[in-house]
Amino acid sequence: MSRATVPNPRRPREDVLSKLTPVVTKRWLSPGAWKIDVYEQLDGYRALRKALRHNPADLIAFMKESGHRGRGGAGFPVGMKWQFVPDDGNDHYLVVNADEGEPGTCKDLPLMMNDPHSVIEGIAIASYAIKADRAFVYVRGEAVHAARRLRHAVAEAKAAGYLGKDILGSGFDLDIVIHSGAGAYICGEETALLDSLEGLRGQPRLRPPFPATHGLYQKPTCINNVGTIAAVPHIVLGGAEWWKSLGSENAAGTMIYSLSGRVVNPGQYECRLGTTLSELIELAGGMQEGHELKYFTPGGSSTPLLTAEHLDVPLDFDNVAKAGSILGTTAIMVFSDQDCPVLSCWRWLKFYQHESCGKCTPCREGNYWMVRVYERILSGEGAESDLKLLENACGNLLGRAFCGLGDGATSCVTSSLKYFRQDYLDYIEGTKPPLFDAELIGAH
Amino acid sequence: MSYPDKIHQQAAEIIARYPEGRSRSALLPLLHLVQSHDGYVSEDGIAFCAEALDITKAQVQAVSTFYTMYKREPAGDWLVSVCTNTLCHAKGGQKIFDELSGELNVGHDETTADGQITLEHAECLAACDYAPVVTVNYEFFDNMDEAGAVDLVRQLKEGKRPFPSRGAPLCTLKETSVQLAGFDDEREAALEGDAQGEATLAGNRLAAEAGITAPQFDPDAPLVEKEEAK
Repeated sequence: MSRATVPNPRRPREDVLSKLTPVVTKRWLSPGAWKIDVYEQLDGYRALRKALRHNPADLIAFMKESGHRGRGGAGFPVGMKWQFVPDDGNDHYLVVNADEGEPGTCKDLPLMMNDPHSVIEGIAIASYAIKADRAFVYVRGEAVHAARRLRHAVAEAKAAGYLGKDILGSGFDLDIVIHSGAGAYICGEETALLDSLEGLRGQPRLRPPFPATHGLYQKPTCINNVGTIAAVPHIVLGGAEWWKSLGSENAAGTMIYSLSGRVVNPGQYECRLGTTLSELIELAGGMQEGHELKYFTPGGSSTPLLTAEHLDVPLDFDNVAKAGSILGTTAIMVFSDQDCPVLSCWRWLKFYQHESCGKCTPCREGNYWMVRVYERILSGEGAESDLKLLENACGNLLGRAFCGLGDGATSCVTSSLKYFRQDYLDYIEGTKPPLFDAELIGAH
Repeated sequence: MSYPDKIHQQAAEIIARYPEGRSRSALLPLLHLVQSHDGYVSEDGIAFCAEALDITKAQVQAVSTFYTMYKREPAGDWLVSVCTNTLCHAKGGQKIFDELSGELNVGHDETTADGQITLEHAECLAACDYAPVVTVNYEFFDNMDEAGAVDLVRQLKEGKRPFPSRGAPLCTLKETSVQLAGFDDEREAALEGDAQGEATLAGNRLAAEAGITAPQFDPDAPLVEKEEAK
């Protein structure tokens, strides 16, 4: 395999630097942007005023026109999602998914901590568009500081007349509840989130019916990711053409690429959608010394691994799909020749095994048994037939569970078998020393 | 059942946040609330939630056992969580966990003999750009290593409250649980707790140094072609 060496310049080249496009992240630099007075000085709540001058239907048409797609992993067109909520005069809800937990993903937390009012303003605009007078933000339990600042932002916005009754004299009412979860990855799945918000175990629901018609309390509900919502005020202010101009040909807007792992400067890099890994690594100061790129997740652990041959794939929805993976949450975990894809997969599967809610047999049992097969291989007790066994297990898991958790678990397995079969064989054939003691883990 | 009036008042406030007839939505915050009093979800806590919501104890327990943040045994004042998911694992998270496990003489989800510190390995804590990461009562101690983590728990044992890299100054797990139940942190310094880490600002700083900004826009540009004023 050609392992492209990424240049490690002190300062990225100009054309690479120009991919940086701070929009959603730009206020993070301003200390105190989480306070309403600073937020207002930085264009805050200007978009809400503008939105309230329009009909909800126009706002939905505008959002469709902007090409804005969900930032939570699935990339669903936002305007279309808003339009699905029936305009029937009944109770409607907006639920914001802030249960960030996909391994590798770390962009929502800094957003909520540093710019919570953008979330609140986005919620107000979206709720107005879908005619919801109550919104819930389901924040990951562990994100205590984010919840603290969001709750404070709600109180400040209410005192300033941006929430509550008759917002800015428009006749539109809205209350927001910040609801902390309690530690369950599955609650990032939208229907499991709804069950959790209703005070149940977080287990996914069978669809149809979809949340747009039968969501929270079986009422029409729009569920948007927190990053999706936080971009809304910017799009409303800048306009559809402006937002489209920030992306690539087939994908509108900017994206927060989260780089972690074997790069010199891990972190959040908001760039045009369609920036390549090669460019992102250059922005992040290059690979760490002594490390060569071996594999990466384009969008969290549930997206199939890509390799050094994909360094120049524009990381947008369509191009990543063409390369055989999923853009997901643009959580790019960079692994090098010093990391072992078999070990990585084992650890990810342990995660999926732990987080499987247990509802669907293929996911509950499949992950449990795959972890054991990995442990057999990593303890030097595996056989070549185990690779077939893993492929079979994935075939019986993919598409056979209520939600995407089961599908996600198979991503790293099938992709690593595709690209790194030899790494598995090294343990099986004994050319690489076992990582585990077979006795200790009870491999057989 | 012997919960003080304040807990009963707070329970009523929690239930009032949700639409009428939908009180069961209050269950997760109520479980955080009883944990703020007992340090774990006790038998009494389960009964309290069941009575408050008019559901059975079995229904409450089915929920409390589903979520990892609800502890089944009394937890310490300091919950030390070490991320050992793949990325942190690769960057040394497991070594940190093992080191702390030896230092504190406890395993996963166990509490030290003096009842002060509970250790757990955690799944991804959404701070991969600061890997390997440790949290104490869910406040971040970024870019940890074994020595730093040992120093951290030693300080906790000595009664000190080391300052997190990101998040609010430490408060006890019971106090944190009040906030998880949806109540404000009453400490003035809590909201001010820094969240602007190096990695968080990496892209922004690079752009600022290079003088790069997003293209300008006209904030008054119409949303739709035929703008219809309301």
